[in-house]
Amino acid sequence: MKIADKDTKAVDLVRAALEKAHEFEDYHCFISMNEARALEKAREIDEKIARGEKVGKLAGVPFALKDNYLSREGVTTAAAKMLDNFPSPITATAVAKLEEEGAIMIGRANMDAYAHGSSTENSYFGPTLNAADRERVAGGSSGGSAVAVALKIVPFALGSDTGGSIRQPASFNGVYGIKPTYGAVSRYGVVAMASSTDTMGCFATTAEDVDLVMKIIAGRDEKDSTTLDDYWTQELGEIEAPKKKIGLIRDCLGEGTDKEVIKATRDYAQKLEAAGYEVEDIEMPILKYGLAIYYIVQPAEVASNLSRYDGVRYGFRSNDANDLAEVYSKSRDEGFMAENKRRILIGNFVLSSGFFDAYYLKAQKARTLLILAYNEQFVKYDALLCPVAPSPAFKLGEKTGDPLKMYLEDVMSVPPSMAGLPALAVPAGKTEANLPIGVQLIGQRRSDQLLLKIAKDVEEIQ
Amino acid sequence: MSDYKMTIGIECHVQLNTKTKLFSGVDNDAVDKEPNSCVSPIDYALPGMLPVLNKAAVEKAVRAGAAMNCAINLTSRFDRKHYYYPDLPKGYQISQMYKPIIGAGEVHLPDGTSVKIEHAHLEEDAGKLTHFEKYSLVDLNRAGTPLIEIVSMPDIHSAAQARLYCEELHRLMVYADVTNGDLYQGNMRFDVNISVSNSDKLGTRAEIKNLNSFRSVERAAEYEFERQVKLLKKGEAVKQETRGWNDTTGKTTAQRSKEEAQDYRYMPEPDVPPIVLTQDFVDKIINSMPTMPDTYRAKFEILNLDISEREAIINQPILAQRLAEVCDKNSKLAARVAHWFSGTLLAEENIEKDFKLATGEELTELSQMVEDGKLSSTAGKEVFIKLYDKKNTSKSPETLAKEMNLLQENDESVLEQIIEEVLTAPECAKAADDVRQGEMKAIGFLVGQVMKKSKGKANPATVNELIRKKLS
Repeated sequence: MKIADKDTKAVDLVRAALEKAHEFEDYHCFISMNEARALEKAREIDEKIARGEKVGKLAGVPFALKDNYLSREGVTTAAAKMLDNFPSPITATAVAKLEEEGAIMIGRANMDAYAHGSSTENSYFGPTLNAADRERVAGGSSGGSAVAVALKIVPFALGSDTGGSIRQPASFNGVYGIKPTYGAVSRYGVVAMASSTDTMGCFATTAEDVDLVMKIIAGRDEKDSTTLDDYWTQELGEIEAPKKKIGLIRDCLGEGTDKEVIKATRDYAQKLEAAGYEVEDIEMPILKYGLAIYYIVQPAEVASNLSRYDGVRYGFRSNDANDLAEVYSKSRDEGFMAENKRRILIGNFVLSSGFFDAYYLKAQKARTLLILAYNEQFVKYDALLCPVAPSPAFKLGEKTGDPLKMYLEDVMSVPPSMAGLPALAVPAGKTEANLPIGVQLIGQRRSDQLLLKIAKDVEEIQ
Repeated sequence: MSDYKMTIGIECHVQLNTKTKLFSGVDNDAVDKEPNSCVSPIDYALPGMLPVLNKAAVEKAVRAGAAMNCAINLTSRFDRKHYYYPDLPKGYQISQMYKPIIGAGEVHLPDGTSVKIEHAHLEEDAGKLTHFEKYSLVDLNRAGTPLIEIVSMPDIHSAAQARLYCEELHRLMVYADVTNGDLYQGNMRFDVNISVSNSDKLGTRAEIKNLNSFRSVERAAEYEFERQVKLLKKGEAVKQETRGWNDTTGKTTAQRSKEEAQDYRYMPEPDVPPIVLTQDFVDKIINSMPTMPDTYRAKFEILNLDISEREAIINQPILAQRLAEVCDKNSKLAARVAHWFSGTLLAEENIEKDFKLATGEELTELSQMVEDGKLSSTAGKEVFIKLYDKKNTSKSPETLAKEMNLLQENDESVLEQIIEEVLTAPECAKAADDVRQGEMKAIGFLVGQVMKKSKGKANPATVNELIRKKLS
């Protein structure tokens, strides 16, 4: 990506990004723009460079920010009516780190409200269109971020991935998207979805660019007790895969998976072989339970995390409420969207007394088995390969009437989330209809950079 | 009514006196502060905020556990307890439902009975609502204050014992420096579960919530016992319900029945990793504990104090500590010190602030002076009061006694001269004669005259002996 220096002005980088954002306005990547402030910051950086002062590693680089990150610049909505016009007094750790290195946020990217969704159709502000086909969905929930990078409005964008929300839109729009190891990046200042699987990552167009951004935002944060120590420290060039072996998860290439997706995955396996990796087919039958585990644990945490939106202190409050009970019920009824409510209901059901053991506790036990099954594979393999989603981008409105069909979108992306593993979505060709297809590389905890290195090795033989 | 027995279990919430809140860095002490002035974005439950556990609260919890002779669980974790109320910004309270930090233990009461502790756990307090006619105001200063909730076994069988237990918990928590212990400020609050039965089977219990004084615990238990017995005698059932206590009417009233009870939808707290302690960490805290009431009770046994006097001294840790020091040096001298304490300082609210604190050595020295007859017991008490006077810079009991001119005259030649004067005085002639005749009752009058002449400084025992010798 282009970084401002003596020859490249930050103002030009930001202005170009803003112009492109306007040019592609009808894709609806952004909920709100940060135009004036972005230009002001770019000018400050240019002045620093002119004075010969030191500037950050991402000086003048414009980026799109998923609208569930808090920032003192502008308002955060999480694409929800409930949070409409929320001016945050706080900036998320990841955003603050990027700003410290001179990166400039040009706008808030569209998403499914509260990150509930796999198409960005659940946004209170309307859907984002797919970068390759405007009749198709952007994927979700970080749809706006993915499309902004795919349309080259910005060289990178931040997203969040709880069960596939970075990887699936990356795959639908033909860009890189990383869901890092759980705990790699601070969650402080990001509107919570499901705390035990929420991860913060980014979109970019090369493995190196992903690494550059992640190196900056990853690391221990005292404000998020679940963050890991600083381990994202290597140069990709220095990394050597210890086993040079990749496991291809055959369970994901059977019934229910699009033929062109299967072919693209097999093709990517061949490229891996050409890059010097041995690829073996493996079976992980436990993966078929991944979605069931996820749609118990995630709604439970969602229901809990959304309890704070009660209309009392901030955000939306119903005008029709006549007493306390109505402040709660009417504000939440009017402020949340159908998908939010569906998850709150499922979550409260699985947590209710008498059902907790049968659902939540059982799901958590199955989750442990899933982790053990992955660990077993990593004894033999550096990484595992499978598609990100069963099909390329679907038509707008195609699945909105059938939540179960929509949930099935997550069937391949959810298992690594439940195990806290890093997973990298890599562009892997296109369908005959010119729709992008992505595959994912899944590694053991803290092996994020190894995944990037493997992807880079493939990039280099192409 | 006598064949009915009550069974009581008590849940006690203790606000910890940490500097900052349980999960945020703001001031935990909101006394005399503006409403909503001690509130961080975490306590306010802004989006994206994450709790960060206060290590000091964990240490206090371990101290509380040690004070109650409880096992400390090296691994514990937090859970979310969900309900909606404006004083609970997140919509859930972070508590410990499944793996509490403090395990089973036992509290010994001053009357010799004991109450088993089921467990105690760490959790955060809620805010405070003030209700007006058409609206209510929320103050979140207290939201996020660390609490431990101490859950007793149903080991208590009288209202008086319930009170003793609550008082003892208060004493233990203050001793362990876990809480400021100000009941008026709500530093300790009690929920009393009580059932009544005339068989071995426990009856249905009612829970009286949120009692904030020892007296109300005792009165509420008494009232509830009578209420339940009346119901049972009429053949009616006691309902399982939550009841409130009205201090003015002296009655409990129904608030919420079991059927209306909330489903808290407990869930493990994913934002706070489990608390994992090392035995070394726990041992260090236990070793730093001060001497506790039980130890003092055992030590003071030899002094034969009555229970109320002993407990009153133990209620003032700084006095108990001094008394123990004297006791260690010479238990014979300690009883006198104890009586000095009871006669002067026990009613004081803030001894450490309002008085100069005498050392154990000074107290021993003073008591020894009385023992040796250098001071009369009245004079001893006067010196004692002076010793605790803030204006006393650092004078020893001996210096003080001299300055106050209270040292007893033991020099026999000086005394004999005074005695001679008394015996030859005309007004004493009859008494002197009486004594010579063996009427020993009259000697008191003579001793009194000598005391008067010496301005109280003569040692009466010595004088008595000298007069006897002289008149025999």
